[in-house]
Amino acid sequence: MTQPRGNRPFAMSGRAKAGLVLLVVYTIYAAAQLDFSWARFETGMGHASTFLARMFPPNFEKPATLWKGIAESLEIAALASVLGILLALPIGLLGARNMMPAWVSWPARSLVALCRALHPVIVAILFVKAVGFGALAGILALTVASIGFIGKLFTEAIEEISLKQVEAVRATGASFANVIIFGVLPQVFARFIGFATYQFDSNLRNSTMVGIVGAGGVGGTLFSAFQRFDYDFVSAILLTLIAIIMLGEIIASFVRAVFLDNLGFDRILQGRFAGARGISAGKPKVARKAEVDE
Amino acid sequence: MNAHTSTLNPAGSPRVWQRYSMGQRLLRFALYLLVVAAIVQAIRGVEVIPEFLYDAPEQMADLFRRMWPIDWAYYPGGVHNALIETLHIATLGTILSVFMAVPVGLLAANNLTPSKTINMLARLILVSSRSVNSLVWALLFIAIFGPGALAGTLAIAFRSIGFVGKLVGEAIEEAQRGPIEAVTATGASKASVLWYAYWPQIRPAFWSIVLLRWDINVRESAVLGLVGAGGIGMALDTALNLFQWDRVALVLAAIFVVVVLAEIIITQARKRIL
Repeated sequence: MTQPRGNRPFAMSGRAKAGLVLLVVYTIYAAAQLDFSWARFETGMGHASTFLARMFPPNFEKPATLWKGIAESLEIAALASVLGILLALPIGLLGARNMMPAWVSWPARSLVALCRALHPVIVAILFVKAVGFGALAGILALTVASIGFIGKLFTEAIEEISLKQVEAVRATGASFANVIIFGVLPQVFARFIGFATYQFDSNLRNSTMVGIVGAGGVGGTLFSAFQRFDYDFVSAILLTLIAIIMLGEIIASFVRAVFLDNLGFDRILQGRFAGARGISAGKPKVARKAEVDE
Repeated sequence: MNAHTSTLNPAGSPRVWQRYSMGQRLLRFALYLLVVAAIVQAIRGVEVIPEFLYDAPEQMADLFRRMWPIDWAYYPGGVHNALIETLHIATLGTILSVFMAVPVGLLAANNLTPSKTINMLARLILVSSRSVNSLVWALLFIAIFGPGALAGTLAIAFRSIGFVGKLVGEAIEEAQRGPIEAVTATGASKASVLWYAYWPQIRPAFWSIVLLRWDINVRESAVLGLVGAGGIGMALDTALNLFQWDRVALVLAAIFVVVVLAEIIITQARKRIL
């Protein structure tokens, strides 16, 4: 790191300066390679204004089409999350090196890495070819993505647990299943809720996208609206999506509050009464930082 | 889980320890019920054609048979340049997004920008950026700038604003008061406070956020070509449309290798920088 020199303790080090220069040079080189130019940008700006003008006001006149796509996206997200989580739990457990021998954990880890490597849309393309157009391909693609994400994080969570409790349960002569249920799972449950709600959020976002390659959901509606230059309908879809995803985030943080901060009906009611009587009782902490993004 | 509540049971003396209060149990139960209801509703609503499901394994096997052997000879002519273009899109998009996301992140941090209204506005920008998928951003920019890498780069940049801005904002909110008050007490300008008090505290978080986003962007930029926004996705799209499955397999293998390399690079870079 930076060595303080003379009377300028915050001066940039030589290495940092070199890095900065390198970054600028790379940016110019890459921009030239990709054929960026000011002229192109300027003509684009002209297009942008007409484009935006055509997007507004948003056209909400086809609520049936819009809702059909959105509902399918929600269904895809829900089913993919459930399937993905159900499959990711055993696979994640098998991948944990502190619980399993290497010949078990190694293949499980490779499987999870493979699920993570390809973008959900690419996986969706493959599933569309395999099981045909429609929601099933989307569900399967997002299930694979969920296994990749939750499997990896769940494995890491299990590897970080304290083995004392596991040994204690084992010492009672418990079966393997009981060791897992009473020794391992309680230790990772809190983090698991975080992963699960996060994955549902992420599946909700992605389920709106797999439709572009024909795997069901509102993406298909969006893509065809684009191709018909139906830009006011496009903006209506986008605004609905943003609203739904924001709602999803609020629900996810509520679920986290219930399971992680032990929010209950009684505390909600208490807050109400205290509020009505003008007592600022400690508000239930709802917001909790997402553990990881994307 | 430390909300132990004790109640006397109706009979009297021995205490019954409960992990959760009645209200907590009710709310948990309500949520479980809601999840089950959502699953049932989704299964009923979603249209799955059973015939397609039955012969899926057969179709999959057929797919893999067509993919083998991989057409390696196509790499120098059709894949290499597209692959490099993908990397350029991911890197330039990340750099561009940092310039746009940091100001928004500064506005979203409550300790730096004490106005609730501005915080909310900044958060709205961040959420909108994340809610719109990179493919949809790409469609928007293709409508404006025409197909090609420019649209792809801007799509990556705009999609990343939400991620980078949100995490930078959170890092700023976690900064310690001490150094900030010390620098402010010297009568330093806002810019100086930022540079000398905040920046040293958030620097490690900042670099790890940028590296993480670059890694994600390498994956994301690989699919942008499917809608015409440049990069290796274009090669994939062409091969898919022509049913050249041995070339599809080549493209997938190339993406796989690049993704693994990107992960190795960020692991190494994280060790060096942090």
